[in-house]
Amino acid sequence: MKTLVRIVAVLIVIGLAALAAIIFVPVQRTGPTEKLAADWQAPAGLGKYDARMADCAACHTEPGGKPFAGGRTIASPMGDIYTPNITPDKETGIGTWSLADFRAALVDGVDDEDHHLYPAMPYENYRHMSETDIRAMYDYFMHDVEPVKNQVAETELPFPFNQRWGIRLWNWVTLGNPGFKPASTKVANDEQLSRGAYLVQVLGHCGSCHTPRNLTMAQAGTNETDAKFLTGGEIGGWSAPDLRGPKSAPQQWSADELKMYLTAGRNAHSAVAGEMKLAVEESLQYMSDEDANAMVAYLRAIGTNGPAPAEAPMKRDETPAGTVARIDAADDPTTTKLKKAVDLTDGERLYVDNCGACHFADGRGAPEVFPSLKGNAAVVAKETGGLIHTILYGAEMPSTSKRPMKLRMPGFAQRLSDDDVAKLATFLRGAWGNGAGPVTADQVAKERKTPTEASH
Amino acid sequence: MARQDPRKDVVVIGLGWTGAIMSMELAQEGLEVLALERGDDRDTVPDFQYPNIIDELKYGIRYGLMQKPRKSTLTIRHGLDDTALPYRHLGSFLPGDGVGGAGAHWNGQNWRPQEPEYRLRSYVEETFGADIIPEGMTIQDWGVTYEELEPYFDQFEKVAGISGKAGNLNGEIVEGGNPFEAPRSSDYPMPPLPHTYDADLFSKAAKAKGLHPFPRPSANASEAYTNPYGMQLGPCNFCGFCERFGCLNYSKSSPQVCILDALKRKPNFSYKTNSEVLKIEKAEDGKTVTGVTYFDEKANEEVFQPADLVLLCAYSLHNVHLLLLSGIGQPYDPATGEGVVGKNYAYQMTGGTRLYFKDKQFNPFIGTGSNGISIDDYSISQIDFAKEGFIGGSYITAGQTNGRPIQSMPLPPGTPKWGKAWKEAAGEWYGRSMAIGSHGSNMSYRDCYLDLDPTYTDRHGRPLMRMTFNWKENDIRMTQFMKARIEEIAETMNPDMIASGYKKDGSQYDVRPYQSTHNVGGAIMGAERKTSVLNKYLQHWDCHNLFVMGASAYPQNIQYNPTGALGGLAYWSAAAIRKDYLANPRPLV
Repeated sequence: MKTLVRIVAVLIVIGLAALAAIIFVPVQRTGPTEKLAADWQAPAGLGKYDARMADCAACHTEPGGKPFAGGRTIASPMGDIYTPNITPDKETGIGTWSLADFRAALVDGVDDEDHHLYPAMPYENYRHMSETDIRAMYDYFMHDVEPVKNQVAETELPFPFNQRWGIRLWNWVTLGNPGFKPASTKVANDEQLSRGAYLVQVLGHCGSCHTPRNLTMAQAGTNETDAKFLTGGEIGGWSAPDLRGPKSAPQQWSADELKMYLTAGRNAHSAVAGEMKLAVEESLQYMSDEDANAMVAYLRAIGTNGPAPAEAPMKRDETPAGTVARIDAADDPTTTKLKKAVDLTDGERLYVDNCGACHFADGRGAPEVFPSLKGNAAVVAKETGGLIHTILYGAEMPSTSKRPMKLRMPGFAQRLSDDDVAKLATFLRGAWGNGAGPVTADQVAKERKTPTEASH
Repeated sequence: MARQDPRKDVVVIGLGWTGAIMSMELAQEGLEVLALERGDDRDTVPDFQYPNIIDELKYGIRYGLMQKPRKSTLTIRHGLDDTALPYRHLGSFLPGDGVGGAGAHWNGQNWRPQEPEYRLRSYVEETFGADIIPEGMTIQDWGVTYEELEPYFDQFEKVAGISGKAGNLNGEIVEGGNPFEAPRSSDYPMPPLPHTYDADLFSKAAKAKGLHPFPRPSANASEAYTNPYGMQLGPCNFCGFCERFGCLNYSKSSPQVCILDALKRKPNFSYKTNSEVLKIEKAEDGKTVTGVTYFDEKANEEVFQPADLVLLCAYSLHNVHLLLLSGIGQPYDPATGEGVVGKNYAYQMTGGTRLYFKDKQFNPFIGTGSNGISIDDYSISQIDFAKEGFIGGSYITAGQTNGRPIQSMPLPPGTPKWGKAWKEAAGEWYGRSMAIGSHGSNMSYRDCYLDLDPTYTDRHGRPLMRMTFNWKENDIRMTQFMKARIEEIAETMNPDMIASGYKKDGSQYDVRPYQSTHNVGGAIMGAERKTSVLNKYLQHWDCHNLFVMGASAYPQNIQYNPTGALGGLAYWSAAAIRKDYLANPRPLV
């Protein structure tokens, strides 16, 4: 008995000591992964470009607010996180930060006083940023960004998530080695693929949405050698689609269409919505042609069943006599039934009455204008929030230089009941061979309560 | 004392088709452009969104998108000895207001005029002799030729995204297109829309008579399309809510769909809505304008907006009204024929024949604004004016544009307007008739003109504009000729009965029933300053930094719908400003 008490006492002491160490021993910051000359100057425009590719604005610029002045609310599973002001304002921004402070935020996830940042800041990905990009971005934020005085509200998460030392443990478990090295020889041996990998894994931090989370909420893989990397995640009730499986967009679409989707926010098959709209609006539309090609090449190279086929399985509609000819010719069971319009189910009727004008009886819409609902990732997604939200509150394509039009689908919340939306969504998920499961009125009721989230 | 705002390089009055085109073209030059729109801001979503816009009562009957007469109207009279009265209820024509202008709520019938139409007086004199021109007819040449304009028609058709089939490609006649059109440098950017049953019957009947049917050129998209600005149209679904409505489907060409989002990306472009321009301000020497004074509705005050270049891009009638109110150019005097502003107001001569078939069902709810099959066999270039005794021509079309429940219930003549008999007739005849329509020219006359009304004023205290207009014998003869041709075709189609509606001898201009919003002239272009307001580049003869767009420039009305012609003219004028005027501002002629 005495022995047991002693053992427990010793364990408690060791535990307390460890906890004290976790809380009080200063964080060891990672140094530069590459030596650059002290007078090294970033090439003109690189910092701005990198900041765009890293999509800093998507989180750090409030809708309608000054660039990078923070204040956007990030709804995390742990509670709302308010993004900080990262303009060079000395009082409320990062104007007093040194290069080492800036690097530590990106690489180690700590601020200028070594407080841990919440991993909503994707330092899990930025950690692998090159020193040149870090330096270029630092210069940009210090010298080119307009300082804005904007005191952002403190993030106050409930216990235990407000104990930031816990993040230190998480970092130990989660973070890989700093710096970037292609993970597979195939990528390492190809300059374009290497660049694509860097854009996808690091700057673009695509994995923060598109890679599933493991038990500790870390990304279940950060490069193509990890089986779960980019195989689909969840964000705010929307599915971030799988980018590697045989049915995924990079495997189904041609390289041109994938590039169009990323840079123009729309292509012959689909259009961006939800968080991806922000990614295109603030970041991807500015991608250089070379980088866009690299990103596309990488995404097409890393399919779980091998590289994407040279001839894309999904083709652009190029029916010579116009869209009516295409629909007249379509003879799949769903289209045939909708065209006949006899003995329609409620879901079918709701589709004809509300959706068919743009998306048409064959569900294929029109290239770059009306997204195809056949095989559409948002329609067949595991998480139905995106589909329901879009039916209720509509969606708007971002204005990009290639395609400036803010094409907007109106919302139907005023017109359709929860039951209507459930029937309609269930129809869509089963139509044209989509093969996804039903939606319930309860799911719709839940989504109806959050009209603004993700409806950027 | 008016507020004064900081100077702009360019101020654009009105943000419809021509305002959007000119703003875009000059913003591309890097100029600071401000557009002032008197109406509300409008966009496809939310203003035209499904299903709200599909409301015939609100938009079709109560004119939801049109100008409100209590805010803006004019007075109308038939002749010089009559007293004009205000046009208090919209009827004969429906000017719009708001961003997009009438370009948001048109049908989308988009044509190029024929070659002789641009030099009509010369063509008539050379071909038939000056003596066939009746006394009092004041037709003129435009001062610009089709050949000069052709590249700019091409440009407008590519921006607007027109569906159609070429009939004359660089002089080569193409089977299935309009063989009587002027030569085109390229085909339409989209294939024609499929047409409806009524058009099909008409097409076969016309062909059997040796005529030349072709698909009517359409600003309703037949497929997905991206224009040179990167703007996009989606394929039309034949919902039949075009004219009087905004398009819910991104299918009808409009400033919203074809230009505005691209324009709004330009940091050097801005626009203000609910800002009605009251006056264009003239410089002391009278050779330039200094800017505009407008009423800022939100601030409830007058604002002087200085600008180096003023582009008048309002609806044709408002263009003329503003010139008259601003004292720019000499007002036209019908007694002497002197003066130019307000001269040669003209309208559109239309008519139609309805064919009733007991055994046919036309499903009229399937339609688009510019659906149909047309013939141009009786167009201006094809008619012997000396032989027929009139100057002018028409295009003839069958193609249902809508089957809306209130306005599209054509019932045989004599049917009561309500009650049991009406119900029975509606049950028997809904969907069982089709129409063949004539859309024709209207010549200009010495006593058809626009000036300031001596009695009535608007809410700003400005005199209303007065329209003096009536139908003339020449144009009635023209439309009667079309009636005979159409009835000949109709008879071969074996209908159970027909009912024709055309202006006839003694017909007076009636402002109550809708006819067309094709009011032209009043600020006409021409080769000489004595007889026109604008030179061939749409530049004002007196004030060289004022350009006036739109159908107010037409010296008489063409046989076609006016939009295609004014789109081409806007690009032509924009090119002259960009290439020639900006580097050295001066009178270009």
